[in-house]
Amino acid sequence: MHFNTFDHYQEHGTWIHRLDPRVKVLVTAGFIVSMALLPDGAWLAYALSWGLVMGLAMAAQIEPWFVIKRSLLILPFLLAAVTVVFTLPGRMLWQGPWGLTISEAGLVRFLSIVLRSWISVQMAILLTATTRFPDVLHALRHLYVPAILVSILSFMYRYLFVLVDEASRLMRARTARSAQLPGMKSGRSLWWRAAVAGNMIGQLFSRSLERSEEVYRAMLARGYQGELLTMNPHHMTAFDWQILSLAGLLIIMLQGAGRIL
Amino acid sequence: MPVFHHLTPPQSPSQTDNDRVPLVSVEDLAFNYHDGLPALQGVSFTISQGEKVALVGPNGAGKSTLMLHLNGLLGGEEAPVRISGLAMARENLPLIRARVGLVFQNPDDQLFSPTVFDDVAFGPLYMGYDEVEVHRRVEQALEQVGMTGFESRLSHHLSVGQKKRVAIATVLSMEPDILVLDEPTSALDPRGRRALMDLLQALPLTMLVSSHDMRLVRELFPRMIILDEGRIVADGATEVLLADAALLDAHGLEAP
Repeated sequence: MHFNTFDHYQEHGTWIHRLDPRVKVLVTAGFIVSMALLPDGAWLAYALSWGLVMGLAMAAQIEPWFVIKRSLLILPFLLAAVTVVFTLPGRMLWQGPWGLTISEAGLVRFLSIVLRSWISVQMAILLTATTRFPDVLHALRHLYVPAILVSILSFMYRYLFVLVDEASRLMRARTARSAQLPGMKSGRSLWWRAAVAGNMIGQLFSRSLERSEEVYRAMLARGYQGELLTMNPHHMTAFDWQILSLAGLLIIMLQGAGRIL
Repeated sequence: MPVFHHLTPPQSPSQTDNDRVPLVSVEDLAFNYHDGLPALQGVSFTISQGEKVALVGPNGAGKSTLMLHLNGLLGGEEAPVRISGLAMARENLPLIRARVGLVFQNPDDQLFSPTVFDDVAFGPLYMGYDEVEVHRRVEQALEQVGMTGFESRLSHHLSVGQKKRVAIATVLSMEPDILVLDEPTSALDPRGRRALMDLLQALPLTMLVSSHDMRLVRELFPRMIILDEGRIVADGATEVLLADAALLDAHGLEAP
């Protein structure tokens, strides 16, 4: 079950899947930086960028709906940006209690932030849907991301599954003993159940900690010196270079569309 | 006289009930893993009050899967499993879990609370007993497994043998009708194994215990069910089955 929960990779064997992972990581990073740099209210450039993401998804035979559904995950994080609606000076649209005012500029900026983050996340989802996670990590290493960061990412990815397994086993054990006798009220109070759940989370944490120490010792025992080595040769082909250049060009054009049009 | 159990049976079934309704009845149970591979096929058996039954078979035979069905953790509402006549309907599950004390193979899966006391008290607390009764049950359960005095110890700092004992105490405190133990002696040293065998011998409960430990099976369990590739291939008196060298050999088992 966990592979559906966390692993977005979908094997389709399209040209996008076959691209060198470095190209995909670079283009994704470039695209996200470009999205961040686009000015507020550049709606046409946002639409074009989104069109690009959707076009790539279709070329990779990934359901656009899959990408959109996964991207909804970021919505709660956008709450952090909601303050700009009230804090940016500009033409007032609405005046509420406690001196709260909504300015036009604030609203435009908030919507721009929402759209830009949302489109950026969709691109990142597309990357993980078309590239195996170890390949992404390998590409990051080639692109001079510090080894320690890549190691952290790779362990997070590896042990996420272990952790989910552990958590589901703990919950199964709790279910197995959540019993009732005829004529007696079971389950106690919400507060008591919450306390049990809290204890379980604590257990999960201390077990993870112990597990990580064991894993680290096992790694040291096999000669780990701070660098994860892989045997996954990547060769940039002419096609890879062409796509990289084309993508770079497109990103510059998107910037142009956002600033000039 | 036909007996029809529709509603929840009384808390302590009378002797006549025991005669008619087996504690556990499984009829033509089938289960597939998520990938579609069959885990259990056509499994049928009954266990009566007071029986001590061993469940043996090679790794991957479906022993643990079968045990999870007895507690309603697998199989869903339609599972052809009955506990004291109770079907696996959603509303019956809490009652069934009060009757079936399931202990997982790995005690780390069983113990989810910070201290030994919390873990052994979880079942009775959940069932709604008051503090006095919970303390009495925890004390009694720990005494039964020989772990008196460990109440405030941290579960994850115990030895494997101690964890196994506490794991059994966590369901004993619920005073179930049947103990279902998944490989209770695995990973134990000889002394721990001996102590556990003595413990199982002393417990006056109905039991279904899976094991690879054929000496344990011979010593403690008059009846034995052999499961292989998801099917019951033999169900009978342990002495008889253990004497059948060809049968044991065909299913990867060794006579003690």
